[in-house]
Amino acid sequence: MVGSNRLSSRLLFLYIPLLLFTIFLLFPFYWMLIISLKPNSLLLNMRINPLILTQFTLEHYRYLFTNTDFPRWALNTAIVTFGATFLALTSSILMGYALGRFRFRGGNLAGTLVFLAYLIPPTLLFIPLSQVVARFGLYNTYWALILTYPTFLIPFASWLLMGYFRTIPRELEECAMIDGASRVQAMWRIILPLALPGVLSAFIFSFTLSWNEFLYALVFMGSGQMKTIPVGTVSDLIRADVFQWGPLMAAAMLGSVPVAVAYMFFVDQYVSGLTAGAVKG
Amino acid sequence: MAQVIYDHVTKRFDGVIAVNDLNLEVKDGEFLVLVGPSGCGKTTALRCLAGLEEVTSGDIIIGDRVVTYVPPKDRDIAMVFQNYALYPHMTVYENMAFGLKLRKVPKQEIDRRVKEVAEMLGIQDLLNRKPRQLSGGQRQRVALGRAIVREPQVFLMDEPLSNLDAKLRVQTRGELIKLQRRLGVTTIYVTHDQVEAMTMGHRIAVMNQGVLQQLDTPENLYDHPANLFVATFIGSPAMNIFPARVVPGEGTVRLVAGDVTLEAPAEHRNRLAEYREVLVGIRPEDLLVQPGSVATEDRQLRLPVEIVEPLGSETLVHLRGPNGTLVAKAEPHVHFSVGELASVRLRIEHLHAFDPQTELALF
Repeated sequence: MVGSNRLSSRLLFLYIPLLLFTIFLLFPFYWMLIISLKPNSLLLNMRINPLILTQFTLEHYRYLFTNTDFPRWALNTAIVTFGATFLALTSSILMGYALGRFRFRGGNLAGTLVFLAYLIPPTLLFIPLSQVVARFGLYNTYWALILTYPTFLIPFASWLLMGYFRTIPRELEECAMIDGASRVQAMWRIILPLALPGVLSAFIFSFTLSWNEFLYALVFMGSGQMKTIPVGTVSDLIRADVFQWGPLMAAAMLGSVPVAVAYMFFVDQYVSGLTAGAVKG
Repeated sequence: MAQVIYDHVTKRFDGVIAVNDLNLEVKDGEFLVLVGPSGCGKTTALRCLAGLEEVTSGDIIIGDRVVTYVPPKDRDIAMVFQNYALYPHMTVYENMAFGLKLRKVPKQEIDRRVKEVAEMLGIQDLLNRKPRQLSGGQRQRVALGRAIVREPQVFLMDEPLSNLDAKLRVQTRGELIKLQRRLGVTTIYVTHDQVEAMTMGHRIAVMNQGVLQQLDTPENLYDHPANLFVATFIGSPAMNIFPARVVPGEGTVRLVAGDVTLEAPAEHRNRLAEYREVLVGIRPEDLLVQPGSVATEDRQLRLPVEIVEPLGSETLVHLRGPNGTLVAKAEPHVHFSVGELASVRLRIEHLHAFDPQTELALF
């Protein structure tokens, strides 16, 4: 039978591998979730199956909000993330447009250099950058991160947008300019709406990276109240060799929510943005 | 409405001269066709006029205004692109209204004009559609409508019909001619298709390698090409060209090519006498060809048939001439056999001759 044959082969080659892959990917989240909901008394009890939630408590979440600065960390993270993303996106749109559209001396070289900048590991870059941050007196201010995150956001985002802008026919803009638009108007009213999938991809990329960033946040903004979620979680919930697993996992859980939400909203555009120009149409 | 003048316009790209010292005057209300092979500079010339390319030297004048350094938006022109360049995220209505909106035309006025033009082009039912929901012919109309609705001084069209299928192209060609005559707007139309050029233009400017070759009416271009390039570019199949020796005699001048001897037309004898050799040109329809060797007659040649191409309305006969192949147009339904001889008579009054060095036409 053709029908059942196809169904069983789909089951074997598509659904079962997909299911295994999904379990593999979601397991850490599941682990995180149940730990954050287990009472302390059960956390290290090896006699019961650690994968099953037998008792349920919100104690760790309460602890997080009352005994730590978690709300403040979340606010810090949000401010830094939105600031850096906005700055990076604005610059990347302008740079991507210029690199993708204009023919000028050194244009290609500039494009390549921008991409090379992306390949420099942040673990090397943070040492000279800390000097810069210190000279400008930005230590422990939001600006320290808002201005340094774009160093790794802009190269990738502008490269991505440059590719996207190139897929938009030049004639559209030329036509708009003959129709009465200035270049800025043509970009704003014709090119940007058409590049929206690319812009959203760049947004998600920048948002995720800024939200989860650890190293710069630790070095440039890591003291007192000015901590981001990743830094605060690690510094305040791990006391020497004592891991407060419940609150730690609760913080990790809450910290990953905004990123998950961002992905959920834009996943379709994100995929189409990353594959733009791969096929005609 | 306005005249357009190219005054010694040159455009260079990184050392390559795309347009070389172009002088061209397009009259108010005229339909001028810029034609030439690809890479001849016709599109660049149009883009210079639109302001999409900066000229390297020279001036461009629209109406009474020198617009050489005026940005495209202030030149009061409208352009139809080869791929139509419709804004994909806007409806047909928004596409057509875009230019007017930018110019801050009142809403009711925009609405009136868009609807009027849509009706003129028969696209009034498509106004709420997006470009991707339209067929090629409909897109072409919208692109045209978007240009018309602006009521510009000059229309620029860059091969607007080349993306249509053959049948629709012929139909749209006719409509475009009628439309232009009715609106009376100066139009500059770029094409590589010489049939479009011949049928649409009041005048045709033939370009090659960035240089204007000839600017004339379609009839003059066909009957009196200024040089070898124009002679072979305009007309399909192309004009037959072969070298011939000039042999002056008693009261006659003969042109000798291989074993073929032609008596030159009397009025051109003096001109020919200056040359020892010329390039002779004759159009396929001026070679009267019949199968078999019919009774000898003056000016009659007998040449072997190489290829026969029956096109239905006419038959193209390729003959082995004295210096290469000669193509002749024959009546339909006349049968030619490959390898056999055919009788050929030249309409000697339609003979062309070109200087072999300068390639300029002698007559």
